[in-house]
Order: sequence, then structure tokens, then C-alpha cells
Amino acid sequence: MLLARVIGNVVATQKDARYEGGRIMVVRTINPDGSDAGDELLALDAVDSGVGDTVVVVREGWSASTTATGTAGAAIDSAIIGIVDAVD
Amino acid sequence: MQLARVLGTVVATVKTESLEGRKLLVIQPLDAQYAPKGEPMVAVDSVGSGAGEIVFWCRGREASFPFLPSQVPSDCTIVGIVDSVFLQKGG
Repeated sequence: MLLARVIGNVVATQKDARYEGGRIMVVRTINPDGSDAGDELLALDAVDSGVGDTVVVVREGWSASTTATGTAGAAIDSAIIGIVDAVD
Repeated sequence: MQLARVLGTVVATVKTESLEGRKLLVIQPLDAQYAPKGEPMVAVDSVGSGAGEIVFWCRGREASFPFLPSQVPSDCTIVGIVDSVFLQKGG
């Protein structure tokens, strides 16, 4: 999994049916100290995260589609599975 | 998933049977500011996208799931056409 910060979201009318009702967030990976790690990716939100939140992103399809849509087998490779309170 | 711009079409007459009727596109992966990121790659389309459009794509084994029960060999499938990307200020 990755630490990341939510920096925005994507609006897409035409998309795979399994994305319906989900929120597609833009996240930027960060280091444990909060500095930018430089990569950006899209992740389906499973925890009601918002812009500015530090989150945990899973990059494995079975886990991502199961947590974000309730069932496995969706074309989803990344999901936000937790909102980080602190990294000690 | 990642953003990308569709650059064009790949024409391949000889291909595996499960790719028949599927659209192969060349895409340029992008960062959130639409700046190119990495090398162009070939993607299978699942949403009716075309050249010039901003899309997002799924990597890995999950990339073959939109076509089930057909077993399409893909590790990069376009799964959505982007209307807009909203970024926080300074993001």
C-alpha cells in the first residue's frame, strides 16, 4: 500500500459500469514525513475521503474492487482504503 | 488507474481471437496536470474512446475484467472518458 494525499477528483460520465456511484480521486504519493514522493494516480474512494486528506491507497485489484464496490472482479486497480490520522 | 491522452489507433489484422472487434489505441499516460508521464503504450478500449480524448485506464489483470466472460488478453484497458479533473489550489 501507499501513503498519499488526495489532491482532486475526476468527473467522467462515460465509464465502466462498475465505477457507477464511486468517487474517482486524484492522489499524489507522499513520503512518511508528508513530503511529495512525486507520483500521481487515480483511486476509487472507499472511505469518504476528501481533498487534502492523507490516505492509504491499495494497488492490487482484488482488494481495490472489493473494498470500493463491494465485490471482486471490477476493472479497478487502486482504491483509497483508509484516512491517516498520523504516522508516528 | 491513471490518466492518459489517446494518441491514435493501432491496426492489427492478425491477432488473437478474443481481440477480434476490440479497439486497440495508443495512449500517452499523463499526470494530473495533463503533462506526459512515461512512455506511450497500447491499450484496449472498453468505453468507446477515440483519438484526442483524455481517458483513464486500469493496469494489470483487472484490465481484462470489463470484457468478461470473454478472456481478452489486456494489461492496460481504458475504463473511462474524463469530462474534467478538479484539483485543489496548488495541487
